[in-house]
Order: sequence, then C-alpha cells, then structure tokens
Amino acid sequence: MSRLTDKNLVIAKEIIARYPRQKSALIPLLHLAQEQSGYISREAMVHLGELVGVTSAEVYGTATFYEMFRFEPIGKYLVNICGTMSCALMGAHELMHHAEKRLGVKAGGTTQDGMFTLAHAECQAACTEAPCLQVNYRYRLRVSTADLDNLIDDLEAGKLSEEIPAHGVLAKVRQHIAPDRGVGAVSPELVDQAPAWLNGKAAL
Amino acid sequence: MTIVDPTAENIVVDPNVVNITINDKPVLARKGELIIAAADRTDDFIPRFCYHPRMSSVGMCRQCLVEVETPRGPMMVVSCMTPVAEGQIVRTATDTVKKAQEGVLELLLANHPLDCPVCDKGGECPLQDQAFSHGPGESRFVEEKRHYEKPIAISEIVYLDRERCILCDRCTRFADEVAGDPLISFTSRGNDTQVLTFPDEPFSSYFSGNTVQICPVGALTAKPYRFKARPWDIEQTESTCTSCSVGCRIVVQSSRDELVRFQGVDIDPVNWGWLCDRGRYNFESVNSTERLIAPLIKSDSGLATTSWSIALESAARIIRTALASGADSVAILGGARGTNEDAFAWASLADQLGITQRDSQLGDGLTPEIFNLEQATIDQTCAASTIILLSPDLKEELPVLYLRVRDAAQKRKSRILEFTPRDSGLTPYAWRSVSFEPGRQAQVVRETLETQEIQEQIRRGEVVVVLGRANLAENESFTLHALGEIFHAIPNAKVLPVLRRGNVRGAVAVGLTPQKNSGDAIDILTKAAAGKIECLILLGSDPLADVADSDLVARAFNRTRSVISIDTFINSSNRNADVVLPAAAFAEKTGTTTNLEGRISNVTQQITPRGTCRPDWMIATELGLSLGIDLGVSSLDELHQKMTSNIPEFSSCANNPIINSDGVLMVSEASATISRASVVLVDRNSYSYRLIVSRTMYDNAQSTTTSPSLVGIITKSAIYVNPLDLARIGVVDGTNIRVGIADKSIVLPVNAHSGVYRGTAWLPYNHTTVDVRPLLDITSDVVDVRIEQLH
Ligand code: SF4
Ligand code: SF4
Ligand code: FES
Ligand code: FES
Repeated sequence: MSRLTDKNLVIAKEIIARYPRQKSALIPLLHLAQEQSGYISREAMVHLGELVGVTSAEVYGTATFYEMFRFEPIGKYLVNICGTMSCALMGAHELMHHAEKRLGVKAGGTTQDGMFTLAHAECQAACTEAPCLQVNYRYRLRVSTADLDNLIDDLEAGKLSEEIPAHGVLAKVRQHIAPDRGVGAVSPELVDQAPAWLNGKAAL
Repeated sequence: MTIVDPTAENIVVDPNVVNITINDKPVLARKGELIIAAADRTDDFIPRFCYHPRMSSVGMCRQCLVEVETPRGPMMVVSCMTPVAEGQIVRTATDTVKKAQEGVLELLLANHPLDCPVCDKGGECPLQDQAFSHGPGESRFVEEKRHYEKPIAISEIVYLDRERCILCDRCTRFADEVAGDPLISFTSRGNDTQVLTFPDEPFSSYFSGNTVQICPVGALTAKPYRFKARPWDIEQTESTCTSCSVGCRIVVQSSRDELVRFQGVDIDPVNWGWLCDRGRYNFESVNSTERLIAPLIKSDSGLATTSWSIALESAARIIRTALASGADSVAILGGARGTNEDAFAWASLADQLGITQRDSQLGDGLTPEIFNLEQATIDQTCAASTIILLSPDLKEELPVLYLRVRDAAQKRKSRILEFTPRDSGLTPYAWRSVSFEPGRQAQVVRETLETQEIQEQIRRGEVVVVLGRANLAENESFTLHALGEIFHAIPNAKVLPVLRRGNVRGAVAVGLTPQKNSGDAIDILTKAAAGKIECLILLGSDPLADVADSDLVARAFNRTRSVISIDTFINSSNRNADVVLPAAAFAEKTGTTTNLEGRISNVTQQITPRGTCRPDWMIATELGLSLGIDLGVSSLDELHQKMTSNIPEFSSCANNPIINSDGVLMVSEASATISRASVVLVDRNSYSYRLIVSRTMYDNAQSTTTSPSLVGIITKSAIYVNPLDLARIGVVDGTNIRVGIADKSIVLPVNAHSGVYRGTAWLPYNHTTVDVRPLLDITSDVVDVRIEQLH
C-alpha cells in the first residue's frame, strides 16, 4: 500500500541510528512497516531497502523468512486457533468450526469488514491450557465456544483495544534508546570496536 | 606458494606450507586453505555442489563431507568449510563417508523433478554426474514432490525452474559477492525456500549469465541456449572474447556449425571464469541472417552481389586511382575489432602503398602514447594499495575489469581513489570518490592530491592509474592533463590503459595508428570533409554511427569519392560504399588478440565462415595481389611469424603460434613521460549544463542489435540531470524536454538521477530512439547545453 509515513520515517531513522551497520536495522524496520499497515507492502519493502542501503530483493528475502510478517492485507485482528495435539484433544476443531460459522469465513480468510483474519496455528506452547488461541499473539486460554463469542463481541465493540492493539503493533510503549546510547554509523574498519559511551568499561 | 617435493633433498621450508595426508598420500597445502581445495590438487575428487573456488564457502549442500582423524577418532566435516591443519589426516572415501554422500544425494533428489530428458543441463550436470558416481542409485522417497510453476523468467535472459533448484546459494552468492547486484535472494523458509527476485523487479544484472554457468543443476537456463543443443553434440574450442578490450577467456561452443554458447574459462590473470552478458550472448550476431555473405559492389540499383575477383579488382582500381593523386588521398579507419594478424596484414599493405593515414580509434580514445608509460597488468592493478580511476565507468564499458577492481576493493586489498564526472558503477566501492565538472579534472586532481589524507594513502604502496576516456563530449587533452597532475604528484605510478575496442592495443602495436606526423581519425575526417580524401577504407568500422561528431563525419562522407568497406554487416557507413568485402566474424577465424594490459592470447575458429566471408588478413593479402603487391605470406602461420619478428612488442610470442589460456604479455618499455601542463578552464554560465556523454553496456552496437536476446535490453535515449536541477528547470521527471546548443537541438525525455552532479547532464551515447550526436562538436573543448521545457 504505502511507503513509511513521515512520522514513521522519523522513528525509522532513530532505529537505524542504533546500529553500526544500517542493514542491521532491517527487522525492527519491518515491524514498523507492519505496524503502519497491518502488513508489509511492496512499496514499504522498497522504501526500507532505500533506507538501509540494500536491494528490495534482499529485504524481501529477509522478510519472507519470518512467518509473522505478512505480505497481503490482513484483518485488524488475527485469530490463531491452535490445532495441535493437546488443543485438538480438548476441542480445538469444534472451536474452529464455531469461529468459522461466527465470522462467516473459512480458516485463512478475512472478514469483509477487514476486522478478523482467522487462521490455523501449530502448538502455541500453552498445551496445559488447551484449547488455546491468540488474537494478535495475545493469549486466550481454555477457550469455550461461548468464550469465543464473547471475545469477538468485545473486539467488535472495541472493548479490548487497550489490551490488544491492531495487528502489527508489537507493544504500545515503544522502546526508546537515547541518541547518545545508540552505536550509530561506524565505518566498516571500526565495527569491532566498543561504542564510545562504554568508555572502555566493557567490550562489545 | 612454492610446492616442494618432500622427498627431495635440501628442501627449503616454506612457513606457509601445511602437511596433510589425504587418503594416506602426503599433500602439501597452504595455510588457511580448505581441505576441498587441497584435495583438488590430488586425484581424489570430493563431490560438491555449493563450493566454488572463486566465492566464499557457505557449506549449504553437505555433499563434500569427509572424515578427519581426531583424538577421539574419525570425525565427519564439510571439506569446503574446514581449513587444513598440520598433520591432518583426511579420508574421502571411507564407508562412513560414502554413506553420508549417498544420504545427502538421496535428500537432494527427494524433491528434484528428474526431468533430465528435457533439461538443458542434462549431460553436463553435476547433480546427474554425482548422483551417478556418489549416489545411492535408489530413492526411498515415495511422497509427492514439491511443485512450482515451470520456468519463470527472472530477467530478459535468465529463466528459473525452482523445482530443479537444490538451494546451493551459488547464484545468489555470485549476484551479491561477485557482481554486487543482489537482485536475487533466497525467500521464505524450510520446505518453501526458493530463489526469487523482488516481485516484478527483474534480475537485470550485467553479469546474470554467470549464474547460469555456475548453477550445478538445470535450475537456471539462458534464453539464447534453451533447447538449442545437447552437450554431447557440442563441439568446442578455447578462445578469447574480443567484444571489449578486457579479453576474457572463453570456450566457444557450436552445434551443427552454428554457435550456440560461450562459457567463461577461469584464468587467473584476467576473468576468473566470469563473463559479462554482452560478451557471453552477442555470439547471436554471428549467426544473424543479416550477415554479409558475399562481396557487394555499387550498381545503379544500389549494392549488388558480385564475385570476389570482381570486387577485389574494383577495390584495387579505386585505390590505384586515388593513390595517383598522392598517398595522402587514401585513409584507413578501423581495424581494432579483428585479430593482431588481421591488423598486421593491413598495416603491412598500407606500408607498402605508402598510406600513412590510419587510425583504429575513432576519436573517442586516447593517444597511443599512453602505452609507452610504465604499464600495469590487471593483477598488478588489483594488488596496488591505491587504484586511481581516471577512466570511463568500468561497469558499463569494461565489465569484467569492473568485477576485478570491485573485488580488490571489497577484499580490502586496494583502496579506490576515483575521479569521475558522475557516479560510476565503482563509486559505491571507492574509498574516496571525487567529482569534477568536465574540463576541470586537472585542477580537481591537483587539489585532491595535495591533501594530507590522500598523500598518506599514496605513500602506503603501489599506485596504479586506470586510464581512459570518461566523456566523449570533451577534448581528450583534459584527461591527459589530469594524468600529468597525477604523475607530478606520484612519479612512479603505473598505468592500466582502458581503451574500449576489443583489439585496439594490438592494432596500435602493429601500426594501425597515425604514422609519421599524419593525423588521427578526426584529422582524417576533417580532411575528408575538405575534399582532400579520395578513398576511405573502413576496416570493420562504422564512422557514420560511431564518431561522436555526426556533422563532421556526414560532411566527410559526402566529399569522399569512394568508400571500401570490409565488414560483417551492412551499416550506415557502407550502405553507399563502392565495394563491400564480407569479413569472417569472431569464431570464424583464428589468430591472436591483445587485451588492454597487452596480453596476447589466441582466438580460434570454431565454425565455417558464412557464405564466402574471409578473414581480414586474407582480404589484405589478396587485395595486395590485385594491386601488384606481395605481402609474402601464404598462411596464417607465416603471417604470425612475420608479425612476431617484425613487431618488437610481439617478440614475446615468437615461436609460440598458439597462445593458450593465460597468454603472454607483449613487450612494453616505458619510454614516455607525461608532465604537468597549464590548462585553460572553460567557464560555464550558470544556466547551462555541462554535458557528459558516455557509453553503456547495451547500446546500438551492431553486435548487440543483431543479437535477438540482447536487442530488447538496449536502453532508450534520455538525458539525466540532478533532481535539484530538474526542480530548478521545473519539469516533471520523465517528460520530454529540449536540449540545445547554438542553433541545434534535440528532444528527449529527462530523468532525475542523483548520481549526476549539479550543473552537469549525462547523455548516454548511442541509445535507441534519439541520436544525441547533433549536440556534439569535436572542435569544442567541452559542450554546454541549454535544457528547456517544451512549449
Ligand atoms: S538456482 Fe542453481 S545456483 Fe541458484 S541456488 Fe538453485 S541450484 Fe544453486
Ligand atoms: S568484459 Fe569484455 S572481454 Fe569480457 S566477456 Fe565482456 S565483452 Fe568480453
Ligand atoms: S497444542 Fe495447542 S498450545 Fe500446544
Ligand atoms: S560443497 Fe561443501 S557443503 Fe556444499
């Protein structure tokens, strides 16, 4: 859809300044792009390539390695219902059928209004609390079909917007590193030296 | 490294030698060398897919497993990632190793489509060969294989079949490490991993053909060769590319007397196995149906086919008539595209006829005097601590030299100090890139070399100047003045001359260059324009298309009574010639060529010349006979011998008629010096833009336009200016504008380009759609143009 907005560009530049090599900033920048649109558009990848000095193909190669980066528009809420052994035994399939009926989309699909994307997931490491699901990677445990209905009602009504931000937003409070703590651009010859602010107290 | 025989007495112990044993045989290796590389010097072959000696090791395929003895017993290691160590005991064929090799191959083949019968690689495929030699013979994999869309075009030239890909990382590594064009990348993960470009952004690298050559399977194929031949009905011979003066070593392959493919040959001093795409694929032009196949002679209805005897007779008559008004009324232009022997035969003929006006450069090179400065080879250049670039954009004009210089900078062997009128392909790798406005280079060079930082760098060791003509829209003296400044500051600098045409160095050495105070190509054309030339002999040259000053050359051709052309195609200059003699093309003749560093190596005939084409040297001897002159040679061997004994530079290859592989360097003696001169700067008024005109890899060169796979890649004409200047003119990027000088102007699109400096404009030469030459005037020092909106 779009390149980074001016506001995000400022953040991007701050992120880049933390690293001795610009391209090391690529993963946090991909998150920023995903936060902006909910997914990572081609234009955004081109833009990130320009910002850190790599080709779009390199950005694409890096980004597609990671499952949690999305390259197609996605719902505001990504509902991942676990379908692996423990959850399956505890009713995950019924939960999925229920969700499909409630949202009117098959697993993998996105609702017309762009609110929900429903997806199968592999074990989410909460097997003791089966069946479980995640909404934008926030857990809901021992979920019954009634719980699921309530969850969707709440999400639709915006009641959970404090706890569960839109897809792509990692955390509501952005990490901030004071400029003088950033390593900043370092010429390749000096990259293995410790940053100045460490004052020789510790090695890199 | 000196390899010493350990059994010999009085061994000199080299501190870099490491003793290991491979399969119980002692092997001498170099410190830091990989086991696989050491084993490659023995008879014990270690199978491999991803390892490539010219690229870094990545250990992707695991096919090269060997056993190394450790205190805890034998251990399996990947031999392409493990360096040798003193006393190391390596075994490459134990049962365990064999089992591992079979296992890896079974896995590699699990998803492989095994469509060898319809695969271009079949018959020369490392996967096929090693599955046969090191594979299990059977597969336990019964599941459905992975499927992808059969080949997808990832560029105009290269196709990718992802089903066949074994993910060895060779192509992607090459694109990134060697070419510096990481436009292909591994994408996705695990079972979905695949090589891809960014969506809709093609793999448009000048070096893409190398990935096809080094892909160990048939995943990457090239359009010009797809389904054209099978390895077992290919015949081949080793030769040297003459498309530019780098002189890459190649094998020329043909099937049923048609060229089908060129592959790079790895030689240390020049191309390391790499080729550029133009050199690799413009063989298609040799097969072109537009080739001249019989002599042509002027008739009432244009050029008409005739016999060799009639054509030679009339050519001789024309020359004789012209010579009657004095030797100065005949001139020879060209000769840099053929072999040394071709050029020598023509130079000898010219000598005998007293023709002194000859030039193998067409006013776009530099004076041959630069060959008399202390010379550097490509290897010496890439080992120098400082490489000064005062040259055209190597990536565009001498592509494989670009790869070598880039490699030297990337591996931090050399630092590049670049002087350039616009950003070049090497600018991103330069230690310092200093820009100049055309005409001001001498001043800029002087000031730069005076700074302390640069002086310290210069003192670190050898300095080599890569010297050529960066801009066709300026007088050649500016480059020489800048060179004078460099020599003033660094008297012991060496020079690597980079002139563009394939065999320009050889042609100059044998005498196809202005003789005895007679002028160069531009003088010849100026004389012709004044009606003082009666006969122009074009040796594979096309001045009407190639000389920057189109007005001058048009006037010259108008006033010249007769034109005799020796060429492979009809072109703009010989369309109205009196006689056109069809020449044998590359791969249709044998001989030697000389590259930019003066390396003499052989070019070899692989196919029968089309029609009745003959090599240039033979045309010269026969034309000589028609003129009553006997050049005294009846075979190529005799001619070669005569050349090596007559021309001192070639004495190094006497008694060595076939100069294989590495070739031999010509004898060169540093006899010239160049000194500082005072330069008059030409001021530019602030409303005009100083023009930089230079060539790019794909232009309207005949060998490109007649190669079907390349013709589509030729760029459309446009002028490039700095984005800030574009804003100042107030026109939108990509729209048409008028570029004018005095009373002449052309209309073409303008593009913003941040690699063009403010106040200058870059006009690539010889692109399609608009001829930019009306703006060029050879007599002015620099060209300042106006850029205006269309109304
Ligand atoms: S396409 Fe060929 S060279 Fe590239 S990774 Fe696949 S097998 Fe290797
Ligand atoms: S760099 Fe020059 S010599 Fe080498 S392949 Fe290309 S055109 Fe031929
Ligand atoms: S099986 Fe569902 S979280 Fe582990
Ligand atoms: S050749 Fe060693 S791992 Fe591929």
